[in-house]
Amino acid sequence: MTDTPAIPLLAIKDLTVEFKTRGGVVEALHQVGFDVYKREMVGVVGESGSGKSVTAYTVMGILDRAGRATSGTANFGGFEMIGAREKDLRALRGREASMIFQSPRTALNPIRKVGKQIEDVLLEHTAVHRRDVKQKAIDLLAQVRILRPEQRYHAYPYELSGGMCQRVMIAIALACEPALLIADEPTTGLDVTTQKATMDIVRDLTSERNMAAILITHDLGLAARYCQRIVVMQKGLVVEAALTEELFHNPQHPYTKKLIKATPRTDSRLEDLSEVSELNEATVATAPAVPSDASVQTRPLLEVRGLIKEYPLHETAERRRLIDRILRPNLTPKQATFRAVDEISFTVNAGESVGLVGESGCGKSTTSSMVTRLLDPTAGTILFDGEDIGAIPARKFARSPLRSSIQMVFQDPTESLNPRFSAFDAIAEPLRRLGDPMNRAVMAARIEELAALVGLPDELLTRFPHQLSGGQKARVGIARAIALNPKLLILDEPTSALDVSVQAVVLLLLDRLRRELGMTYIFVSHDLNVVRLLCNRVIVMNEGQIVETGDAEELLSNPREAYTRALVDAIPNLSRERTHPDLVLV
Amino acid sequence: MAVIEQPDERTETALAAWWRHFRYVVSENPVTLFAFCLFGMFVFLAFFGPWIVPFDPLASDTSSALQPPSWKHWFGTDNLGRDVFSRVVVATRLDFMIAFSAVAISFVVGSVLGCLSGYYGGWTDRIVGRSIDTIMAFPLFVLAMGIVAALGNTVENIVYATAIINLPFYTRVARAEVNIRRHAGFVDAAKLAGNSDARLLTFHLFPNILPPMMVQVSLNLGWAILNAAGLSFIGLGVRPPAPEWGIMVAEGATFIVSGQWWLALFPGAALMLAVFCFNLLGDGLRDLIDPQRRT
Repeated sequence: MTDTPAIPLLAIKDLTVEFKTRGGVVEALHQVGFDVYKREMVGVVGESGSGKSVTAYTVMGILDRAGRATSGTANFGGFEMIGAREKDLRALRGREASMIFQSPRTALNPIRKVGKQIEDVLLEHTAVHRRDVKQKAIDLLAQVRILRPEQRYHAYPYELSGGMCQRVMIAIALACEPALLIADEPTTGLDVTTQKATMDIVRDLTSERNMAAILITHDLGLAARYCQRIVVMQKGLVVEAALTEELFHNPQHPYTKKLIKATPRTDSRLEDLSEVSELNEATVATAPAVPSDASVQTRPLLEVRGLIKEYPLHETAERRRLIDRILRPNLTPKQATFRAVDEISFTVNAGESVGLVGESGCGKSTTSSMVTRLLDPTAGTILFDGEDIGAIPARKFARSPLRSSIQMVFQDPTESLNPRFSAFDAIAEPLRRLGDPMNRAVMAARIEELAALVGLPDELLTRFPHQLSGGQKARVGIARAIALNPKLLILDEPTSALDVSVQAVVLLLLDRLRRELGMTYIFVSHDLNVVRLLCNRVIVMNEGQIVETGDAEELLSNPREAYTRALVDAIPNLSRERTHPDLVLV
Repeated sequence: MAVIEQPDERTETALAAWWRHFRYVVSENPVTLFAFCLFGMFVFLAFFGPWIVPFDPLASDTSSALQPPSWKHWFGTDNLGRDVFSRVVVATRLDFMIAFSAVAISFVVGSVLGCLSGYYGGWTDRIVGRSIDTIMAFPLFVLAMGIVAALGNTVENIVYATAIINLPFYTRVARAEVNIRRHAGFVDAAKLAGNSDARLLTFHLFPNILPPMMVQVSLNLGWAILNAAGLSFIGLGVRPPAPEWGIMVAEGATFIVSGQWWLALFPGAALMLAVFCFNLLGDGLRDLIDPQRRT
């Protein structure tokens, strides 16, 4: 946001895009307009369906065939992008303007070495000689801070982590030194620390090369950290565009205010979110203001001791061992195993809400699967209400009387609902299998009661999952999990697939349910701000072990361990960005 | 998204909702409409064929042998003076019965085997998988010939032979489709709701693999009919004088050289039309079964 030149690099004006669907023509964008200048990063922020991706796709000319720009212009350095011939656009894409996408793994060709994929782009668009191209590709890998680039040049995408793949994508996107980079949700699905590393690379490389960049994201915190200006979109309209500082200090549009409110911060409390739900929907009744600690007791509900889960490293290795054992019976086979969970012990008290935090692969999901008894531990005990449930095999646990006491809300609300079950049947399923026998009328009344409890309108109960929105599906998932009044509810990233405003509503709902029904929560998440809102206590995991555990507020504002500190620092954060925008990660 | 007008779903019975969906699927795609019409015609002929044909398909009349198509005998007459049209129509029932029973058997057995091996993996999968591979290693038609020859030359055994050679396709589709879903969230959710493995497979996983299975069923019906006709053509299974398309083609083939083309052409055309119909039906059936297509 230093001296911006007067002529924008990309000027979008009055862009209107229509989609042809089964139900008729739908307007996806309505007179969208904003400018992007050289040497700046513009954030386009909005929730799903706001048209932020459609804008980028239209400008780049890669819109789905059903969509059509009916009016508007997008002037890119004197060249009109809308309605340009495909041939001209193709020459432009990659060389002048390039794009990185949401899922790096699917955007890379899985059967080609990543180095070769960078070379492809170089040979296609630049005048680099065939002899020098390999060195150039390695240089690019080094620039996106991939360690040992000479070796990684020969790696296939599956051999690299998600963050590495995204770096390769960035290398490909920047290979031809374009003037504009569009990043469409580049860090979705990446861990917070990886997200920070990736976005730092994008920021540094674009500023080094005097490029302009557009960051499309649903995460206001991320945009605040990296962008000089922010464009807020809602339902195909630009509702507000302002400098980042101004936008946060003095938001003009009610939708922007709502988004800012809904984004959890280090200093935000659940009460702050309640305003969002009022703006959102009137169906959620606000809970009576009971202090959340009142229900916490000191009686342990769950005690986990020395829990271990091991996986064989390779199936082929296992098979080879089998052959070895037959051929050389005297030889003791070598153990080739991987410890996903490495001797962890913790206690959860009745009425407590405990956060289980860590990066992907840290073993938090494995732990929660073992506690829910969907997975058998290799060793260790799981004491639930004094009973060793770890001793009951996962296969048999479905018919154990304790099954109804431990329930779970899944990460992906879409995937966790049977596509062939209506919302009513999905909620009824646990009642039919595990509940007391009841007649149809009682059952229907109970399900309507549950639906009301989670704020799901009655008329939606006959719908199938694909006819429901993400937030509605999340509510069905929660209603199903609480149908049997479980003592322990495990929440596996219940809000990660949801928009922030929906997330706010779901968090409030979960908090209210815990207080009203007296349940105990284990909240598995990588989003520390969300954990801080909902949990009394936090357990931080890394590489299958517990790093640190303690009071949520205290631990997150004053972490003792370096790992926890790195996690906390990596969260893009509205409140902190405003004070010192450039924190360096250890 | 635009809102599509819907009747109140609560007051609508399941049957009415299904019928509405059927009308939608059919009106969406004219090819599907055509396929369903054709199928309806075949089913009608299979049920009522013997009552609507103008002549007795078995009654010979040597005075009018080998007559070309005319107003009296639409498809002409064969060497014994039997009406080819009547025989082609009456044969529908037998051919469809063989095809449907064979496909039903292989669908049921294949689904069970495939679901089990896809869900449990490990040794179940290895044993089922290798057994299926063994079946597939034979040239399928030769295997069918062998089975019929070994078990005895009856219609029943044609059904069993056809069922066995079609079994691998169902097993493999079911195994693959169950395998990708066995760790899906809704499967874990069903376990949390207290479903045993058997219930989970029957009521949660199996219904979800129906759409691809239906496409397989539809294509398979065509193959089954061809297979049954093929076996009869080489003299296995159905025995003369019973009217059956494969036998009729076989009998008519000897007369093609002497210019009596209608003997083989019309049953052959019926056969082709039936297979064509089943092939077209696949997409429509899948759309009908798949709840995601419902609005």
